[in-house]
Amino acid sequence: MRIGVDVGGTNTDAVLMDGAEVVAWTKQPTTADVGSGVAAAIRAVLADARVAPEAVASVMIGTTHFTNALVERSKLDRVGILRLASPAGEALPPMTGWPEALADQIDARTYLLPGGFEFDGREIAPLDEAAIRKAARELRDAGVDSIAISSVFAPVNPSMEERAAALVAAEHPGARVTVSHTLGRIGFIERENAAILNAALGSLAAHVVASFERALEEIGVDAPLYLSQNDGTLISAERAAAYPVLTIGSGPTNSMRGAAFLTGVRDAIVLDVGGTTTDLGVLANGFPRESSVAVDIGGVRINFRMPDILALGLGGGTRIHLDPARYGADGLGVDELHVGPDSVGFRITEQARLFGGTTLTASDVAVAAGRASFGDPTKLPPLSEAVRDAVWGRMQAMLEEAVDRMKTSRGEVVLLAVGGGNFLVPDSLHGAARVVRPPHAAVANAVGAAIAQVGAMVDQVVSFDREPREAALERLRAEARDQAIAAGGIPETVEIVEMDEVYLSYLPGRAAQVRVRAVADLAGTPALIAAHAH
Amino acid sequence: MRIDRQALLDLATGAAFLGSGGGGDPYYSQLLGEAEIARRGAFHLIPLEALADDGLIAPCGWIGAPTVSAEKLPNGQEALLGLRELERLHGRQIDAVMAIEIGGGNGLAPLLAAAELGIPVVDADGMGRAFPESQMTVFSIDGLSACPSVVTSANGELRLIETDDNLEHERVARQLSIEFGGNAHMVEYPLVGAQAKRHAIGGSVSAAIAIGAAVRIARAAGEDPFEALHAALRASGLYPFAGTIFDGKVVDVERETKGGFSVGHVVIEGFGGEGRMDLVFQNENLIARVNGEVRAMVPDLITVMDRETADSIVTERLKFGQRVKVVGAAAPAVLRAERALTFVGPGAFGFSEPYRPIEDLNGWNHG
Repeated sequence: MRIGVDVGGTNTDAVLMDGAEVVAWTKQPTTADVGSGVAAAIRAVLADARVAPEAVASVMIGTTHFTNALVERSKLDRVGILRLASPAGEALPPMTGWPEALADQIDARTYLLPGGFEFDGREIAPLDEAAIRKAARELRDAGVDSIAISSVFAPVNPSMEERAAALVAAEHPGARVTVSHTLGRIGFIERENAAILNAALGSLAAHVVASFERALEEIGVDAPLYLSQNDGTLISAERAAAYPVLTIGSGPTNSMRGAAFLTGVRDAIVLDVGGTTTDLGVLANGFPRESSVAVDIGGVRINFRMPDILALGLGGGTRIHLDPARYGADGLGVDELHVGPDSVGFRITEQARLFGGTTLTASDVAVAAGRASFGDPTKLPPLSEAVRDAVWGRMQAMLEEAVDRMKTSRGEVVLLAVGGGNFLVPDSLHGAARVVRPPHAAVANAVGAAIAQVGAMVDQVVSFDREPREAALERLRAEARDQAIAAGGIPETVEIVEMDEVYLSYLPGRAAQVRVRAVADLAGTPALIAAHAH
Repeated sequence: MRIDRQALLDLATGAAFLGSGGGGDPYYSQLLGEAEIARRGAFHLIPLEALADDGLIAPCGWIGAPTVSAEKLPNGQEALLGLRELERLHGRQIDAVMAIEIGGGNGLAPLLAAAELGIPVVDADGMGRAFPESQMTVFSIDGLSACPSVVTSANGELRLIETDDNLEHERVARQLSIEFGGNAHMVEYPLVGAQAKRHAIGGSVSAAIAIGAAVRIARAAGEDPFEALHAALRASGLYPFAGTIFDGKVVDVERETKGGFSVGHVVIEGFGGEGRMDLVFQNENLIARVNGEVRAMVPDLITVMDRETADSIVTERLKFGQRVKVVGAAAPAVLRAERALTFVGPGAFGFSEPYRPIEDLNGWNHG
């Protein structure tokens, strides 16, 4: 049995899955220390299903914790940046174009140092080892422990980044170093940005991953711990602690994959309604649609494969701005009513009217309109039918407009409504062929984490003079496929998701470094489905 | 006209499209431009007519392989170094800077050079799009000389090229760009105002801004950005026909930095069972074939775009798996003249097919 956990800003959800079946699920408040919320959620599903901790084969955790830290600009480390490129690149120092507030928070100490390679393998400038050692000592003395190193054409030749990292480690043994070539390919700024973000998340990642591990230990679950990464595959807890930036797109990926899994629908728009926002994403042939161009995380451009998401400021905790004197009105003027974009967020259980608070929220109106039932309806203020209709209508219009923006064709689409606030999506919406609300919709994210895929990467230098390109690519695709299957992937589900070749102009002949990545659904699931069917 | 931040972003969007896949990703120039506007205020753009007949105009831009410029970023002194050298050679100050090509990052690069010198940028360029080689300009087609031309590098190296033969100039400049690490800055085809007015493609900077603005406004209004792009191109007066010629997923990208260029091909598999598109590029997209039949060819524009956002994807950013639309547009009329086609037509790139206008190939001119 597997446990999938989704640690969000408001709730920590967990599901216990036996093959394709959700055996138990829970929704618990996220705690400030993260770990005790995870422990409580895992305990709850185990208790609910009466399953012993020893029966758990693996735990998969998806978290938006690192994304939130970047968006909220909190809990970030100060970063030391060593860029090995000078004199090239000085026109665009690190973090050019970053949002000022985020840059201020990271408060980087930047060193523009000689180094980097030309496309043909020559050095732009030789590495200045003394300057690197000096920078490392200064950072150590200033108490800057998170360090990002970037170098020109490092994806073709990583040796300068590696040498610099070794020098830093020698002078500043306590430093956590991120080297850019581990996080990206050609495209210097985007790769450097990813390295800086990763460095800034260093302490938080170490802390959060350790608290996950402690939580499992406490409960007595002795199973491997994985974290979901951006593309829906898993990485080890150890790797996630070192490369938290690889997980920052996992939230939407998990909710979309979870929604696809729970409904069996392969082409749809997924609406994941949380406390503060609704994330809309597109499922195309069962996979989250990705953005073709660079993605923005907290206003910073990076070059990751991540789903293309539209975040709408409407969730269960969204505040309804309306003069209480007008609650009984026969009709409302356009300017009298405003929906959000602010939300009471995780304080919904104190501040919403349903829970005895004083703030009118989207959830209050949904319950008043008979669209949901939770909390204490007797605590709701009297709202006239006209007011209920006006607020509900406004929220529907927001959803309809967002759906329209995500559409790829003019026709009607299938909508999958998931997330804790999915009751805000009605059973019929303009532009929707139908609305599907699967069982366990509220914990689709955790289901998505539990059904994460396996990924396999083949990375080889190939000489196209000796092996024709077509044949070489076919061979590498087959190898990636085989590796994904060997790692537990189901053969029929293997998909090649990435093929990237970088010509190594400094080698004789037509040599290229080729990377092929394959992903597949984890075996076990369909076999168990079959077993259940018989 | 002032180019403020919004106009700069629109210019980046428009120039990215007009680059036909090349001219370099405008993103880095845009970042530099934004910083410059924050520091010194909006850029100053003047129409061709505002030039004095005897004024000294310096066309300039980056030469090299865009795959290199995605990694090796400028030092920042390259343009100024080259322009100062041109001033020294002429014994006088430059009156205005011009983009050698409006397409890609090269459509934005002169703004920064001009701001450094405190002079305006002319609303015109030498190609009306982007082309891989330096003799592929209207100036060269009309018989003007590229020289004296000044090539500078991130390391502060400077070389002067003096030759009467524009093809020889291209060969020398290309070799220098390779020597300098795959990209370099070049000031070339120095003009007097009267020549600029007579030969340059006027209004191309403002056209690029208008094209970018149309896409932005359509996106904000939730309208189809491709429709808006097509309409804006037709309305520009420079690109009379435009439309989407393919829709699909990138299934293969072969891209190599060779001979100072980024060369290769892309295969796009159609969504609607319409087969596959093969696209050949040399920095810029040169020819697009669907199931072996030509659908667009140089000098007409061919740009691969994100099929949802209508962001242009320059050749160095093409990746396996991208879902794209390919948009084509008719080149400015001067590039389609018989003499011009010997410089920028399919034959100039070694293709055996004779040039056929994109509107004929796609039936756009029959109502």
